[in-house]
Amino acid sequence: MNDHDFMSESDRDIDLVRAVELELNALAETTDQAEPFLIKKLHRRAFLKLSGVAGSSLVLASVLSGYGTAAKAEDLGSLVGSIELNAFIKVSSEGKIVIYSSNPEMGQGIKTALPMIIAEEMGANWEDVEVLQSDVDESRFGRHSAGGSTTIPRTFDQMRTMGASAREMFIGAASISMELPRDELHAQNSTVSHLFSSKSLTFGELAALAVKQPLPDPKNLIFKDKADYTIIGTSVTGVDNLEIVSGLALFGIDVRVPEMRYGAYQKCPAFGGKVISANLEEVKKLPGITDVFILEGNDNVRELSSGVALVGTSTWAVFNAKKQLRINWDESSASKDSWTQMVSRAKRLHSQPGETLIAETGDVQSSYSNPDHQTIEAFYEYPFVAHLCMEPMNCTAHYKAGHDGTPDNLELWIPTQAPTRAYPVAKSLFGLDQAQVKIHQMRLGGSFGRRVYSEYICEVIAMSKQVGAPVKLTWSREDDLQHDFYRVGGFQSVKGSIDQTGKIVAFEDHFMGMTYKGGRISGSGFRATEFPMLNLKNTRATQTMFDIQTPCGPWRAPGANTTAFVIQSFIHELAVKAGRDHLEVLLELMGEPRWFDQGNVRSLNTGRAADVISLAAKKANWGRSLPKGHGLGLAFHFSHAAHVAEVAEVSVDASKKLKVNRVTVAVDVGPIINMSGATAQVEGAVIDGLSTMLGQKITMEQGRIQQSNFHDYQVLRLPNAPEVDIYFIQSDYSPTGLGEPALPPLAPAIGNAIYAATGERVRKMPLTDEGYTI
Amino acid sequence: MARYQLNINGRDLEVDVEAQMPLLWVLRDELGLIGTKFGCGIAQCGACTVHVAGKPIRACVTPASALVGQPIRTIEGLADGTELHPLQQAWIDVDVAQCGYCQSGQIMSAAALLAEKPSPTDEDIDAAMVDNYCRCGTYNRIRKAIHLASENTPSQFFDASQGGGDFHVKQRSEGQS
Repeated sequence: MNDHDFMSESDRDIDLVRAVELELNALAETTDQAEPFLIKKLHRRAFLKLSGVAGSSLVLASVLSGYGTAAKAEDLGSLVGSIELNAFIKVSSEGKIVIYSSNPEMGQGIKTALPMIIAEEMGANWEDVEVLQSDVDESRFGRHSAGGSTTIPRTFDQMRTMGASAREMFIGAASISMELPRDELHAQNSTVSHLFSSKSLTFGELAALAVKQPLPDPKNLIFKDKADYTIIGTSVTGVDNLEIVSGLALFGIDVRVPEMRYGAYQKCPAFGGKVISANLEEVKKLPGITDVFILEGNDNVRELSSGVALVGTSTWAVFNAKKQLRINWDESSASKDSWTQMVSRAKRLHSQPGETLIAETGDVQSSYSNPDHQTIEAFYEYPFVAHLCMEPMNCTAHYKAGHDGTPDNLELWIPTQAPTRAYPVAKSLFGLDQAQVKIHQMRLGGSFGRRVYSEYICEVIAMSKQVGAPVKLTWSREDDLQHDFYRVGGFQSVKGSIDQTGKIVAFEDHFMGMTYKGGRISGSGFRATEFPMLNLKNTRATQTMFDIQTPCGPWRAPGANTTAFVIQSFIHELAVKAGRDHLEVLLELMGEPRWFDQGNVRSLNTGRAADVISLAAKKANWGRSLPKGHGLGLAFHFSHAAHVAEVAEVSVDASKKLKVNRVTVAVDVGPIINMSGATAQVEGAVIDGLSTMLGQKITMEQGRIQQSNFHDYQVLRLPNAPEVDIYFIQSDYSPTGLGEPALPPLAPAIGNAIYAATGERVRKMPLTDEGYTI
Repeated sequence: MARYQLNINGRDLEVDVEAQMPLLWVLRDELGLIGTKFGCGIAQCGACTVHVAGKPIRACVTPASALVGQPIRTIEGLADGTELHPLQQAWIDVDVAQCGYCQSGQIMSAAALLAEKPSPTDEDIDAAMVDNYCRCGTYNRIRKAIHLASENTPSQFFDASQGGGDFHVKQRSEGQS
């Protein structure tokens, strides 16, 4: 690969280089007074390793005399001569290592964690590593997606293979250069060293020869022993942190391309409504507006809903003009959903079994009718909630019409969890083959499951095609909150009995969930393997589904985020009824260590469960006496292949003002890759869980979402964030993901703690509906 | 449309915009200073926090035309030339960011706090940061980073009367940390 090829390839990366260049161009266009300043990427890593050292300062910027290409060439200087070792790794003759991160980064830390795995197996010094977001090319990088806490388990061995193959190529090159046998050579600290002498060569010195080595057969690669890890398991600061704290372009919403215009899109407030007519001519005359037009849509809420598109010279211009739109909607087939009606219907159904049997073991009925048993039942309710990503939905598209026989082509800059999902809609809606579509994956300002659908992408492609210019579509917060794919609300009616010894002997769940126009909704359904269905001899689960037209989708830990609340609260109810310690009852339910599904490491292991439960209880000093109005609450939940237990310590005053003082979390997801990132995910899950449980609720009437912005849909604030103590059991099982599974146990832990503090049971979220404040 | 001269990060910049256009969109769309983020448009989330004469304001509801003659500082102007503000360094050292989107607003609110109270208590931090939302839940690290920065803050960063640094370049050897 020659220098020119490398540079043109790097040029395609929407990374810092491009972003800074765009910013420079923007400043140069708008004013001749602005001096450019450019962040140098070189040796950035050296500054960014978590130091813990106080008072360090950082050389950040260097003013260069030129613009554009001169600046870019300078920035890429050390990469000239780089050699591609495999799809993920490039090494320059100066020893600089570029590792591509192929999966979307939405705050879950994958852009740091995956390159750490590669660097570890390579024997790289992390300070030599520069991480760049890869292009979208599944033939080179494998699947580009993030979701379901699956990226680490799916790619751990792939990343190790990439790193280990690079390491073997360096060792092969060193063996030739130093005329020494391979088995006497060892790669560490970006250097290949001879075990029995002081001879060594750096990766940079070896790069030219290394690339000529045969690619190792993956079957022959031996991965490092974890005792030899120097990167995996340490705390590494996020690779984009310098850009984030400096306000540099990373996110989809920050994209600026030449000749770009700004877009907004108004859809019907009731889902599925269609535009009949609108005051297009009047709105077109407003300042800064260049185009206003109707898009018919294809009646698929995940693709293109009918609406009015506005294009103009600034986001503000199109947002302002959007407020002046007067649209006649055809709502004949639009949603009429009503949360009030859903609640009434569920309350009517709660004491009877559901329409569909999901699973049944033993005989719950005979347990209930046994005069020696005590039986209780309860009705739990949880609302729809929004994703509320801090970065509203947005996308930039440049649809270039072909001419003189050349085909149309499309360039997209998308913050998305699933970049390749743009290909099929580009084909079905716009007739473009994959080869005609170029996708840049941008950093996501939060996602939590939101950005797996493609509707904001479809909207902006249609707009760019119509106006013949690149368009950045930005949703207002109101658009974002009122056109989400919500975490589905629902209800569960639970029943259980305990025998004369206080042991739980029967459990039943009537799950009342939702379908969307007859189709399954992520997270709305009861699983036959749900805890404690397999732990007890007498169980029954039934289901009744309400069909709705409000779009729903995955929301951090789908299903688990609500079912954990119900079941882990109800287990506590049964323990209280039996007059027994909750910890003891939970451990008794787990019983002997065993897999629920033998040989399946993604199934519940009662031994791993008992270990995290015991550890969380121990670290929280479970059982200690607390002042009046204070309480400890325990919960465990297994989801996304993770075993997580949490203990919340709360205090509640007479006016129901709640304070969550501390949450203690014990987690077993196997080995931890980035300790800083892993603890961040747990801290975030706890605070997100509390935020949602406390006061978040989306309601709809006549198909319209009744909340619109942060004033009526609030997020937990800094003063109310509890301390979070986190403990990892780094078992030897293969590592699994941590973006989601620490969230589900939070709500029942809080509810159980409130009961311990007050004697009042929480069976409904959010807590503000029950009169609590924080 | 009218021309307004704004002083942003120590530079005088002329913009030609509608009188009502909020500073947020002047920064982002007109000047390409995209570090200041759009979160809500109604001054509820703090993602758009910038300093005007050293005080934190919400750029999404403040017309730029009202700020003529007042020094404006954005996240891009927080570093002193080549040297990161201690809060920026602390944010990196503590690895505060998850998605990172709200963090420029968080840092600007924290910078205004430190300018007023170089050694803030937890209560001071609560009061100064209460209106900055973080959806990812990085609050505990934000608190930690503010305390860390306050322990390590060189005095030159605390001239609240200044809208921005002079952007001179302090040459330092790379690798110094």
